[in-house]
Amino acid sequence: MAVAEKSAAAASADKDTEDAEAVSAERRPTVIADGLHIVYRVNGGARGRGSATAALNRIIRRKPGGNVREVHAVKGVSFTAYRGEAIGLIGSNGSGKSTLLRAIAGLLPAERGRVYTDGQPSLLGVNAALMNDLTGERNVILGGLAMGMSKTQIQERYQGIVDFSGINDKGDFISLPMRTYSSGMAARLRFSIAAAKDHDVLMIDEALATGDKKFQKRSEARIRELRKEAGTVFLVSHNNKSIRDTCDRVLWLESGELRMDGPTEDVMKAYEEFTRK
Amino acid sequence: MSETTHGGAIATGEPPRSPDDGLSPAELAAKYGLTVSGARPSLTEYVRQLWARRHFILAFSRAKLMAQYSQAKLGQLWQVATPLLNAAVYFFVFGVLLGGREGVPGGKGNYVPFLVTGVFVFTFTQTSVMSGVRSISGNLGLVRALHFPRASLPISFSLQQLQQLLYSMIVLGAILLGFGHYPKWTWLLVVPILALQLVFNTGLAMVMARLGSKTPDLAQLMPFVMRTWMYASGVMFSLEYMIRERTSAPEWLVLAAQANPAAVYMDLMRFALIDGYTPADLMPYAWALAAGWAVVIGVGGFVYFWKAEERYGRG
Repeated sequence: MAVAEKSAAAASADKDTEDAEAVSAERRPTVIADGLHIVYRVNGGARGRGSATAALNRIIRRKPGGNVREVHAVKGVSFTAYRGEAIGLIGSNGSGKSTLLRAIAGLLPAERGRVYTDGQPSLLGVNAALMNDLTGERNVILGGLAMGMSKTQIQERYQGIVDFSGINDKGDFISLPMRTYSSGMAARLRFSIAAAKDHDVLMIDEALATGDKKFQKRSEARIRELRKEAGTVFLVSHNNKSIRDTCDRVLWLESGELRMDGPTEDVMKAYEEFTRK
Repeated sequence: MSETTHGGAIATGEPPRSPDDGLSPAELAAKYGLTVSGARPSLTEYVRQLWARRHFILAFSRAKLMAQYSQAKLGQLWQVATPLLNAAVYFFVFGVLLGGREGVPGGKGNYVPFLVTGVFVFTFTQTSVMSGVRSISGNLGLVRALHFPRASLPISFSLQQLQQLLYSMIVLGAILLGFGHYPKWTWLLVVPILALQLVFNTGLAMVMARLGSKTPDLAQLMPFVMRTWMYASGVMFSLEYMIRERTSAPEWLVLAAQANPAAVYMDLMRFALIDGYTPADLMPYAWALAAGWAVVIGVGGFVYFWKAEERYGRG
């Protein structure tokens, strides 16, 4: 581990010298978050009794909110991301990392503040569009269409997706419904579909650790490829090593607030100090 | 863009001096042409985006249809069996027990085709509305994970119901033949009638989708609203005959009941398919009403849905 850290530190030092030259060129912002607040409203999460009489009581007394509870997930986060950056998002569970990604993608409306983006950022993941009752084959097509790929694009990449997932390694499984897959197989197919598209601003939410060792290696390589093609990359991960390997800037979120924003090594050191406690 | 794309990383520790320092985030965004993420596109842009997603909309509706009965042993046979069983129940209750066969145009012998046509046509609207209510609130995972014009969902659900109806139409054809109603040129009218009803249903589904995304409780309430609507539209009895002969209601009430969109589409469909259902049995201005309802609710529902586009996805 120590060796890995040293090499990572050396790598980031290399990057710094490179950057000195790059700075003279235009620094083009791709994502600007300006005082962003995200609030979830959860129905049925109210404190107290959830019985019918209690609900009726609330309606009669016209208590505002009633059954609704608010969760303030992101509290006033501001930052600017530039083209060519790979940004890691770290923080303990429930600190608002995934919520922030969704807000950047324009999938969650902001309560206050704004996110400006260059083009359409996309989350790496299609899980929600896939249906367990459909065959793997149909899911590849449906997932591709849901991500906004054209029919011809999907036809071109179909074989690549199936081969990459390795679903057919042990027989013709792609023509079976997805509910018959093992959890590992399903996760592999989902990743393969999601990674088939090129993205301008790419956001990855802990997608690295799926499937067996062999598949993990393949997927890491694919993510590196995607990184090269994408303008800006955001990576949410609890794996400090993968953050160090891929990112040159880190945002540290803690209970919805931006606690630190800076070069990977500085932030990671402070974060490791914090988590050791 | 420039070399920065290939240059990889950019130092972030100490922000270098650049002309951008001191710009507010909004000014910086404006300078580089960045747009607000998740903002609502213009109406024409929205239509363009939807058109670009047409393959997804179609594939999603087909997938939902396939998934519906995939665990049942009889599989897709239920697509046809479900509406048929519904019609059988109504025949027993309204045709046999309550005397709904009275006053059906073309005589009592026409009751079964009359009833089955009504059930299938009304079910089309009913299920579109019901799935419309849940189309956003029941698919929050999808809405929060992927970017697509949200109207894709209610449209897709309406198309799913249309495909379901097409299965039912096969059964209906068989029933019509069984009762001695042979194909005639008016059968072709089924196509424009279904097209108008689809537009109407989709508009209504979009209205319900927006309301349902804000108030999921509607999904609990709608079955009762829909049932009331069904009884008020003459699905299982002749509306005009029942109101006029049995209740001696004022004339305007008869017209109002007949002008409701569900009654209009059923009226036209029966006219198109059933022998003995003559133009005289059609309500006045039936075609104009059918087109009017489709345009008003279709366009109105679409605009109403679009107005909240950026807010879907908040739980």
